[in-house]
Amino acid sequence: MAIDMQARYLKSHEWARQEEDEIIVGISDHAQEQLGDIVYVELPEVGDEVAQGEAFGSVESVKAASDIYAPVSGVVTAVNEELEDAPELVNQDPYGKGWMIKIEPSDPEEWDALLTPEAYEKVVEEEA
Amino acid sequence: MKEPLIYELSVTGREGVKPPALDVPESDLPQELLRDDLPLPEVSEVDVIRHFHHLSHKNFSVDSVMYPLGSCTMKYNPKVNEVAARLPGFTGIHPMQDEETVQGALYIMHTLQEDIKAIGGFAGVTLQPAAGAHGELTGVLIMRKYHLDRGDTKRDTILIPDSAHGTNPASSSMSGLHVVQLPSDARGNVDLDELRKVANDRVVGLMLTNPNTLGLFDEHVEEIAEIVHGCGGLLYGDGANMNALMGIMRPGDLGIDVMHFNLHKTFSTPHGGGGPGSGPVGVAEHLVDFLPGPIVTIDPALSEEELPYYTLKMPAKSIGRVKSFWGHFGVIVRAYTYIHMLGTAGLRRAAEHAVLNANYMLSRLRDVYPLPYDRICKHEFVLEGHLPDAPDVHALDIAKRLIDYGVHPPTNYFPLIVHEALMIEPTETESKQAMDYYCDVLLKIAEEAKTDPQLLHDAPHETPVRRLDEVKAARKPHLRYEH
Repeated sequence: MAIDMQARYLKSHEWARQEEDEIIVGISDHAQEQLGDIVYVELPEVGDEVAQGEAFGSVESVKAASDIYAPVSGVVTAVNEELEDAPELVNQDPYGKGWMIKIEPSDPEEWDALLTPEAYEKVVEEEA
Repeated sequence: MKEPLIYELSVTGREGVKPPALDVPESDLPQELLRDDLPLPEVSEVDVIRHFHHLSHKNFSVDSVMYPLGSCTMKYNPKVNEVAARLPGFTGIHPMQDEETVQGALYIMHTLQEDIKAIGGFAGVTLQPAAGAHGELTGVLIMRKYHLDRGDTKRDTILIPDSAHGTNPASSSMSGLHVVQLPSDARGNVDLDELRKVANDRVVGLMLTNPNTLGLFDEHVEEIAEIVHGCGGLLYGDGANMNALMGIMRPGDLGIDVMHFNLHKTFSTPHGGGGPGSGPVGVAEHLVDFLPGPIVTIDPALSEEELPYYTLKMPAKSIGRVKSFWGHFGVIVRAYTYIHMLGTAGLRRAAEHAVLNANYMLSRLRDVYPLPYDRICKHEFVLEGHLPDAPDVHALDIAKRLIDYGVHPPTNYFPLIVHEALMIEPTETESKQAMDYYCDVLLKIAEEAKTDPQLLHDAPHETPVRRLDEVKAARKPHLRYEH
């Protein structure tokens, strides 16, 4: 299982990375492994508001459909439209081409509440 | 052998039907309704008969194989149900007929309402909903209307345990409510501490599947009812697993305020392609006025001694109609037949045998397949389809290999709280021999998983088509037939 050391995490297996003033969001390598082949990703629209810990979209695999939760609150500034035709990017490159949305955060302090890579690794180990 | 599509059997100019000679004046069709191309298959009668006869032989159904699809209660559908439903007095009537002329049909509906009230411990029942999830939606709308009617307008949240049926969150969202998921504790019960944290004045209700999707009866159901009622909420019961309880325990007695029943599960009416389903909803006294209608009631003014007159009525504060006409009447007749063929004692015996059968199979399999929640189960149980000595073999491989042995796989990858879940529900209609065969096969497959995992990865081997590419089918679906 790969962990992006630049990212912060939620217990529900989303990652978040700071890029300039925005937060870029996806699901972790562990999450994509558990879900199996992803066949559909449902994302919000640019301009939608998201709230920390609340679902902003969902991923569907052959096995299951799961909600994706927002690591921070704010306004969606970009969505990865490539996932519409190529959901497999989430499996192939979860921390790169499989990114899902970018958020302009409304509360900078929320970032500090996210799990560090080390803390997230422990969460995954405990689940196993 | 692969069966061609009926379109592939088409030969230009071949006819299966010869319409009679035209005996009315010919007139032109409106120009805008004409089309140049109508791609219908051109086949003869014998082509059609053979094609569908072949397909019917490929049907993998409960009439041909053991079908222990957990959560679905694929019990045998007694043929006497079909005899009853096909009686001309039922098939020859029309829903627009005057109620005076269909008193027999209304009698059946009224009796089934009373039966479900008695089995569930409820004060009122609607037979209208057309399926289980439709019953859930109906139940949630009833709960919502109950609060609004009291002037309590701030409630917008439904609590749903993670061991509930997957349709519960969908039904709640469809009702415009916000879903909060509750975790399970180590014994597979609702985590009471977590429940207490979220039980507040925003809660419309809690949707409890009991026995839950792990096949386990919640050991704290009365405390759950107390906590939910304590915050002003209502307790919804998902009756899809009623097959474990009928004749033994009445959900209404446990504090459940509203519950749907699945006639196509518990009461042996056809399932899947053989449906339609039916999801009657039972409610406690304080919710009777909100039921969707019409409900069959006795009109005392028109009744004679020993000859009740049945009439259709909308409850006073009804949420309205949820289905056209009178629900799925043919299904209602089948469920009525099942209940009255078995009688009170028979229903209880059916539930007892469903539970006994599940525990028998569990006891034969538990040493080989991991059992994450180790308790006496009710009508079904959930194993992990992932064996310690065969790390590359998954639940899906085991499921596909079962088909080679001529049995239907169990539900897999559900519930989500069990890793690589295999959810097995034999139902009361399987014999010891049939269950032993199924267990023998599962134990043999566990051996194969260690010695020849490729055999499982490539399964099924004996079917007209081999392992289907489910990922490609979902990512790049062909939704239209192309020549």
